[in-house]
Amino acid sequence: MTSATARTILICSGKGGVGKTTLTANLGIALARLGHPVAVLDADFGLRNLDLLLGLENRIVYTAQEVLSESCRLEQALVRHKQEPNLSLLPAGNPRMLEWLTPEDMQKIVAQLAERFDYVLIDAPAGVEQGFRNAAAAAREAIVVTNPEVSAVRDADRVIGLLHSMEISPVQLVLNRVRPQMMANQEMLSVDEITEMLALPLLGLVLEDQQVIVSTNRGEPLTLGDVASPAAKGYRNIARRLDGENVPLLDPSKERRGLRARLLNKLRQTTGLF
Amino acid sequence: MTLIDFLNRLLGREKPSGTLARERLQLVLAHDRSDLNPELLEQMRREILEVVQRYVEIDIEACDVSLETEDRVTALLANLPIRRARPVPLPRAETESESPPEDTTPPEDLTASEEMAEPVAPPQAADPAAVAEVGGGES
Repeated sequence: MTSATARTILICSGKGGVGKTTLTANLGIALARLGHPVAVLDADFGLRNLDLLLGLENRIVYTAQEVLSESCRLEQALVRHKQEPNLSLLPAGNPRMLEWLTPEDMQKIVAQLAERFDYVLIDAPAGVEQGFRNAAAAAREAIVVTNPEVSAVRDADRVIGLLHSMEISPVQLVLNRVRPQMMANQEMLSVDEITEMLALPLLGLVLEDQQVIVSTNRGEPLTLGDVASPAAKGYRNIARRLDGENVPLLDPSKERRGLRARLLNKLRQTTGLF
Repeated sequence: MTLIDFLNRLLGREKPSGTLARERLQLVLAHDRSDLNPELLEQMRREILEVVQRYVEIDIEACDVSLETEDRVTALLANLPIRRARPVPLPRAETESESPPEDTTPPEDLTASEEMAEPVAPPQAADPAAVAEVGGGES
């Protein structure tokens, strides 16, 4: 595939801790499982974590830094995922890179990746400062991740304003850590309220799910296995929609769990059997 | 949700927190997006009232000038109840040296209207970021 058709997608949020890196890892694996060569680029040079979530932290030899200084070839720095060989990680370099890295440097790296992959997912750092701008300069489209919380939505709004001014398009929304029961009780911003305020098309919802923590502990993204966890389902659907498939959006009001479903879920989580 | 919360809600004593979150966000997003700090907004408000007052007599007490946002477009909404029209517009108050036009009482009225601005733009909030916290304390 040529660079003209590769999709370079920024994954950003403004606020930290809303699930950018987890989404990048899971989406990367899910897209790779759909048969696409995928590169995930850790653009959070200050606080890199994508390697850890993918379980690749012990296999890093070179990073984006060596690629830029031309002390290694891109292929040498890319870390291929053993269980999902369609996915490769380009690790973030030393935090000191932030001092000299320019938007042009990021564009150079991403252009190289775009020659070899169908999808290039760029995991942006939190904030709206230079690190974010560097990462954004290299992307054609963006996914904004947010949680149904006031601070996360406000920060997302700031980021969306910047993305629009940088003429990145399309910009789509992923709503992470949704708790259907709280939404039903009106103790949480609803999906409609958030999409209306941010005025973005909704790419998908991810339900709050303890399995996410378990999977990060293991360094195995949920989408890697065939677990029927609610979050994994959300991530897989996002990947399919991004890939052009028409998958209906989940309706949180239908996800309110009755006692029986909750017991079954508990059983599933404790036994890990089904 | 505790039983007390539930009862309060049932009796209409308390809004659900999700609704509060939406209301607070709408206000703070309008300010963030307009990039106007509260001082500038207040100055603009005062000047708008001044201009309108030259043509019509307005009910300063009931005036409301605020920012609202829908679909990423921020609008300045002014609700200025008119008492009566002036047959002849008052002269323009261009310089400060000029005496205030007679028949209106702008100085007192304008100070009164400053208080009106409280919910939209608290004067003590120096930057837009502070609005969120002030707004939060309100309800």
